[in-house]
Amino acid sequence: MIRLSIPVRQALSKLTLPVLVAAAFGLMLLGKADTLIAERARMALADVLAPIYGVLAEPLASSRAQIDNIRHMFTLYEDNARLRAENNTLRQWQAVAQAVDAENVALKANLHWLPDPTPNYVTAHVVADAGGIYARAVLLSSGPQHSVTKGQIALDDRGLVGRVTELGARSARVMLITDINSRIPVILENSRSRAVLAGTNGVRPRLMFWPEGSPPTEGERVVTSAEANAFPAGLPVGVVHYTSGKVAEVEPYAQLDRLEMVRLFDYGLRGVLPPEASVAKVSAEPKK
Amino acid sequence: MRAQRTPTIRPNPSLWRRLDVAARMSVPAGLTVAVLLVLAAPFGFPGQPEVQRASALCAVFFWSLFRPTSMPPAAVFLLGLLADLLSYAPPGVTVLVWLLAHGLALRWRRSLVRLGFVLVWFAMVSVACGAAALEWALTSLLTFRLLPPGAAFFEAALGVGLYPIVAVALTHVHQTLAEPDMA
Repeated sequence: MIRLSIPVRQALSKLTLPVLVAAAFGLMLLGKADTLIAERARMALADVLAPIYGVLAEPLASSRAQIDNIRHMFTLYEDNARLRAENNTLRQWQAVAQAVDAENVALKANLHWLPDPTPNYVTAHVVADAGGIYARAVLLSSGPQHSVTKGQIALDDRGLVGRVTELGARSARVMLITDINSRIPVILENSRSRAVLAGTNGVRPRLMFWPEGSPPTEGERVVTSAEANAFPAGLPVGVVHYTSGKVAEVEPYAQLDRLEMVRLFDYGLRGVLPPEASVAKVSAEPKK
Repeated sequence: MRAQRTPTIRPNPSLWRRLDVAARMSVPAGLTVAVLLVLAAPFGFPGQPEVQRASALCAVFFWSLFRPTSMPPAAVFLLGLLADLLSYAPPGVTVLVWLLAHGLALRWRRSLVRLGFVLVWFAMVSVACGAAALEWALTSLLTFRLLPPGAAFFEAALGVGLYPIVAVALTHVHQTLAEPDMA
């Protein structure tokens, strides 16, 4: 320990705060100038925390389920009535779907249709929220020997969840479609017109840039479009819903507020990846 | 050499006692780290990130006010960095905001500590509102996007509302666990 005189020590201790405030500004500039450093630091921390949160996630999820069960006890009667009605409607739809499916098979056989290749996918646990206040994202625990790459598309059992944006050794971060930075090319299924689905950090992302004269209609299905080579065509996204202020939003099919597992599909699309992502992938490959 | 520096009137501290004192000195920062990490776990209740940041800000403010020797600027810096990395916010924003809250607490310290709890709470109201507003403004600036301000209002309200709870819990810790004289 270096011995300093008392005035020097006092002067130094008074200087610490201004110096650290300056360092905070420096950090902001550094984070802006070199986004890769911040990303690496984050994912290094996430790699440490993901397994721990992964262990915690299961008991936490089961206790949440218990609370849900207790709540459902009180609405048992209404739930049953609603489910019976829904079941009747679904039975009709099932008949329609089977008929259409059979017709589709017959038509494809007649057309000598080339089937789309089935994409590879891995399933990963969602271990934590990774969005903070001003972003919407989740952290996945992927295990040390994973085949997750940036740009892979995450779906839950119902629809599109988001895309892998950051990658660690044991974890991956998925930006949700509700994030304010998320822009997804979509197709409105009835009119086949293209639009862009923009996140707002709210529960429902907004539709933008649809062609003049074919506005989205309430309840219309929205699926992804292959435009920009970022998504394959036809992944289910959600249904159109107009707010009271006549803003077209999409109610996502995916249960984004209670994600437990997601499937990560590799369609081999690298349309909108930043350049360093492909470099990282190339340099990572020889290790395998 | 150490014996020369310590006044002869005090007993020569043993290794255990010094360890005890060091542990007690690190309670404030350690507790705040624990709050940050635990509230980042997947509980899944709504508004969890806001609760995490607001309660950590309350803790930083409380310790800066009542035990600044155990919450030095360097500790605030590291805590802010941890919060930034956990929240995926642009790095440096929370660091700056918490350092400023720490500086304000130090500046107001002499007058506030003598005043009652309610006035300290009023000071916390201004700190929480200022912190949320600055965080929102800096994050908007650094992401080149006008972010929806709802989250900032929520965070400020939580900071104000959570402070009494945090303060009651931490006052207890302050008098027992974090007190080096009890070592």
